[in-house]
Amino acid sequence: MRDEHQLRAKLRTLADGAATGLAVLATVLVVAPLVAIFVYLVYKGSVSLNWAFFTHNPVPVGEVGGGMANAIVGSAILLGVGSLIGIPIGIAGGIFLAEFGRGTKLANAIRFTADVLNGVPSIVMGIAVYSLVVVPQGHFSAFSGGVALGIMMIPTVCRTTEEMLLMVPHAVREAALALGVPNWRSVLSITVRTASAGIITGCMLAFARVAGETAPLIFTAFGNVGWSEKLSEPIAALPLQIYVYALSPYDEWHRLAWAGALVLIVLIVLAVSLVRYVTSRGVLKGAS
Amino acid sequence: MGVGIEVANLNAWYGTNHTLQDIDLNIPANHATALIGPSGCGKSTFVRCLNRMHETNPIARVTGTVLIGGLDIYADAKPVEIRRRVGMVFQRPNPFPTMSIYDNVAAGLKLNGYSNHHVLDEIVEKSLKNSALWEEVKDDLKKKSGASLSGGQQQRLCIARALAVDPEVLLMDEPASALDPVSTSKIEDLIFQLKSQYTIVIVTHNMQQAARVAEKTGFFLNGRMVEFDSTHKIFTNPSDKRTEDYITGRFG
Repeated sequence: MRDEHQLRAKLRTLADGAATGLAVLATVLVVAPLVAIFVYLVYKGSVSLNWAFFTHNPVPVGEVGGGMANAIVGSAILLGVGSLIGIPIGIAGGIFLAEFGRGTKLANAIRFTADVLNGVPSIVMGIAVYSLVVVPQGHFSAFSGGVALGIMMIPTVCRTTEEMLLMVPHAVREAALALGVPNWRSVLSITVRTASAGIITGCMLAFARVAGETAPLIFTAFGNVGWSEKLSEPIAALPLQIYVYALSPYDEWHRLAWAGALVLIVLIVLAVSLVRYVTSRGVLKGAS
Repeated sequence: MGVGIEVANLNAWYGTNHTLQDIDLNIPANHATALIGPSGCGKSTFVRCLNRMHETNPIARVTGTVLIGGLDIYADAKPVEIRRRVGMVFQRPNPFPTMSIYDNVAAGLKLNGYSNHHVLDEIVEKSLKNSALWEEVKDDLKKKSGASLSGGQQQRLCIARALAVDPEVLLMDEPASALDPVSTSKIEDLIFQLKSQYTIVIVTHNMQQAARVAEKTGFFLNGRMVEFDSTHKIFTNPSDKRTEDYITGRFG
């Protein structure tokens, strides 16, 4: 009897250890590619990183030095325009899906459209914006690039906003309504506020995703070897610059492309961390 | 001050389910009235008809008249106006999780466009004192979230939130059923104090609780009101056989 007990206890300990080991292994498998990419980027990119990279524009082939200052600023402008378009429309759409249109045919149609839009290849988005904005305007522009990125952000922002709002407990909505708060006010001031942490995460996901997009910019922002910060002119962008430099036959440009990739990743991480920090400062003790 | 509630010929449905049938009832002002009955008998639906929360469910329907302080709430008023005059406390404490204690209490006023800070400060303090929570939270009003309090404290916070908009009636839907005995007795003490200022309607599964806090008690069964009388009479000498069976524990 006692032996059998001990044997079972041993088996349980073994099974517990095996399950924990498998979970750890899975975690390592998930994190390993990310770490590998980042380490390799640092290894390849850091050698070409210097102050000039952040302060100088690209120089012609054969000249030494030069940087990607124009592309860094260009990416910031493109992402700014994209966020101004994608985030408000996405959030408003998500609020409609979760709160006002729930169960209606229109809401189902919008949800389906958003999901399809999410699956549209980014190069197709570039061509679409090319014919909708670039052709009527008659020239490539930073604005059209921002529009392409903004449209790509909409489905992610919209669907995460909807999901996050649906997770707000029914009891919280009832509490607001029972205080005599009109429904629209309750939605904006209570439900959206309760879900705001999740909504911000959705916006950051969409932002980080389009920050690395190259294809939709080829026919819209086009790229620019010089400095430009005008919305009406072609503008440089880090992913575009990396793409051009990496395909070039010059070793110096290859090194710059690696540095550009490293800078792009670090800037995305910084931007997302900054937003997280700023938005978490107002969070109260014990808030869920 | 509290006002009386006169209910005549009230019927309510959820879809095709006829949950309340021909309810006639007069609830006296500035008293606590308890509603008892087995689960699913319609007592929660009944209180939700008194502040028009019933109709927030898209499949719900209601007919009949409810006069609160003489005002016909279904004919002559909008739901948001009624809900400001008729406060509600729910079964599970439901503070706004991302708001501070202060903002939770001030929410009803702020969201209706009230912004005078001095007045808000006063109302928040008064409401928290009225709900017997002030001493426990006065140092953390704007630092802690409403969700950081214990269950019993959260429920008293919800009572303070309901009191802050200065209602005439306070509806309580099993306010203590999710709480421990100490918190429960605090809520009951509170009901005792509050009924001098408000008309209180409390739904409860706990018959001792009804006997302790309420002057009047109504017994609901299968969507109908079987008996409504003084609490003393209901618990010592009920007129209806079904009431007697229920309070003596023969069913439910």
